[in-house]
Amino acid sequence: MKYSREFRNAELARAVAAEIASLTDPGRHYKIMEVCGGHTHTIYRHGIKDLLPEQIELVHGPGCPVCVLPMGRVDEGIRIAERPEVIFTCFGDMMRVPGSKGNLIEMKAQGADIRMVYSPLDALRLARENPDREVVFYAIGFETTAPSTALTLQRAKKEGVENFSVFCNHVNIVPPVRALLDSPDLRLDAFIGPGHVSTVIGCRPYEFMPADYGKPCVVAGFEPLDILQAILMIMRQLAEGRCEVENQYSRVVSWEGNLAALRSMAEVFELRPYFEWRGLGFIAQSALKISPAYSHFDAELRYATPGVRVADPKACQCGEVLKGVLKPHECRVFGTACTPEHPLGALMVSSEGACAAYYNFGRKVEERVGAER
Amino acid sequence: MSGQRTRLRPRFDAPRIDMSHGAGGKATHKLIEGLLLPALENTALAPLSDAAVIPCGDARLALTTDSFVVRPLLFPGGSIGELAVNGTVNDLAVSGATPLALSAALIVEEGLSTEVLEREVGAMATAAERAGVAVAAGDTKVVERGRADGMYITTTGIGVADPELELSAAAVRPGDKILCSGTLGDHGTAILIARGDLELEADLLSDTRPLIPLVEALKGAAGPGLRFMRDPTRGGAGTVLNELARDSGLGVVIWEERIPVREIVHGACEILGIDPLYVANEGKLLAVVAPECADAALEALRGVEGGEEAEVIGEIREEPARMVVMHTGFGGTRMIDMLVGDPLPRIC
Repeated sequence: MKYSREFRNAELARAVAAEIASLTDPGRHYKIMEVCGGHTHTIYRHGIKDLLPEQIELVHGPGCPVCVLPMGRVDEGIRIAERPEVIFTCFGDMMRVPGSKGNLIEMKAQGADIRMVYSPLDALRLARENPDREVVFYAIGFETTAPSTALTLQRAKKEGVENFSVFCNHVNIVPPVRALLDSPDLRLDAFIGPGHVSTVIGCRPYEFMPADYGKPCVVAGFEPLDILQAILMIMRQLAEGRCEVENQYSRVVSWEGNLAALRSMAEVFELRPYFEWRGLGFIAQSALKISPAYSHFDAELRYATPGVRVADPKACQCGEVLKGVLKPHECRVFGTACTPEHPLGALMVSSEGACAAYYNFGRKVEERVGAER
Repeated sequence: MSGQRTRLRPRFDAPRIDMSHGAGGKATHKLIEGLLLPALENTALAPLSDAAVIPCGDARLALTTDSFVVRPLLFPGGSIGELAVNGTVNDLAVSGATPLALSAALIVEEGLSTEVLEREVGAMATAAERAGVAVAAGDTKVVERGRADGMYITTTGIGVADPELELSAAAVRPGDKILCSGTLGDHGTAILIARGDLELEADLLSDTRPLIPLVEALKGAAGPGLRFMRDPTRGGAGTVLNELARDSGLGVVIWEERIPVREIVHGACEILGIDPLYVANEGKLLAVVAPECADAALEALRGVEGGEEAEVIGEIREEPARMVVMHTGFGGTRMIDMLVGDPLPRIC
């Protein structure tokens, strides 16, 4: 994988960082939100903040699908997983997300048949291999992973696999960003747009950000040099007084997106009228449910999930961190009651969650810099 | 309250054992320090090193034990039998002890083919011969089909501790250099690819091997300047470095660009979203040596089979105390914490 090393070149990084510094107005404070959790992970993993002038603040956005899942949906997944006839499948990240009465790892230790898969197709294969069991896939993710769920359901239907269903928690990226832009307590200068989501939806859906809200957006890849270059492109827009959507990740992302993937999604899913987001509340038309043509595969219908709303633990401030109002270490339970081993909030669970990334990678560095200032 | 307590013990409050308790990271530590150690408390066990040191007349005996539950039994570069011998031999070797003898306990599942059993016992014999140690005692149990995954092996090793060496985290000083004997993450990645769940194919072998020649080379080159050794198995190098930082009370600083990782391991870990620093090794060691011995120690390691790609990957500092910090190849810094959760179960 030589490919990735070229995007981690320290010499190039210094050159880009110097150009960013030259465009930075020393008297101004810049707040740039990286929407996607993958970007948050890269920023901490490679220590990108150390390369930026102190006037530039990176705010971590809501683009970590595990993190924004409300506790009620976690509980409903666990309730399905506890059924004796069910083989419950999910991505590894989901295993440690706390529900109100424990997580999937603990349920597995208590005897539930819960298996980690790397793709929904693996779940479908399990269904074929275990015709006397019911296999349920816990689908999460933005438009990035929704096409693979859609293709899996199309295949399940074509092959007539009866003992397979999907608990659908797919969400859309644009509605929460719009909700953030409408939020009065948030002042942002620009956005780093999500790369993987954009491989599917393209760049066009972000045009409302400059058009309606006057905020530049640069869609970026996931290597550290991608992110640094995206910040440079944003700083150029701000310095030149431009405000538009730009595509840093053009080696993968097209302006129109992946039309075949979008067609599959349109066949298999429909918009939910509203969906609850952790920390952000209910947002209209922000999530996908399985369409009537595929309702046979909808675990929500098969197991009649009640749709219970469960409040987050009182001490948890994931919502404020998700909105960028608080930094991870400013949360009152960060690193004390809430750690990656015993997360209270979902932001501490996924490696893409702002709190986990900060706890695992950034904690010490921030403390040291803090002490020097 | 009597006795000296160097640190607070975590309380073990999980109602049940889950897979993360076997991963070698934070949860395993909690299980050991919060449940096992308090129940079995004694001076030989208390340091929780790779091998316990037990005085016996004028000599000091080293004692260690390890169970092997790897799946699949046969993997590129090795098998459970070879691993079971090397793993225990290596725990003795990195404790500075010369292995004397091993015992082996086999738990075999009903229905296992005799051919597989013969192959694995043969692998144990070959590995024992290579390490210059005899399997001097053994036990065999058979359990019903479905109650063990083919076979499990437990080996126990006894050795004589080197009277000249005082290896411990407490012996480490600021300025000391951290050496890594070769590429990290080979074993865990090879096992993962061999399982076939990922539909990845790669030309990668487990690094399982006895560490005795590497340890001898280090002892010869650094002498009393050799302060600390560990083989980074479960939990990987990241976990060992955290134990070092915690137990020494000092800071550990490493440079990402100096850490040897094969391109193929780097690529597989990128795809899986895991860090090679937390992936298990079965034929590598991490050593801390006094700064004046570092060059000689590195040269000695590189002159031994299995140590050709050795590097100085970091050093010990006063600050940040009890923490591991990495200078990234990209020019930033980040913290390295202990492994949380279990990305790769049953790799040894």
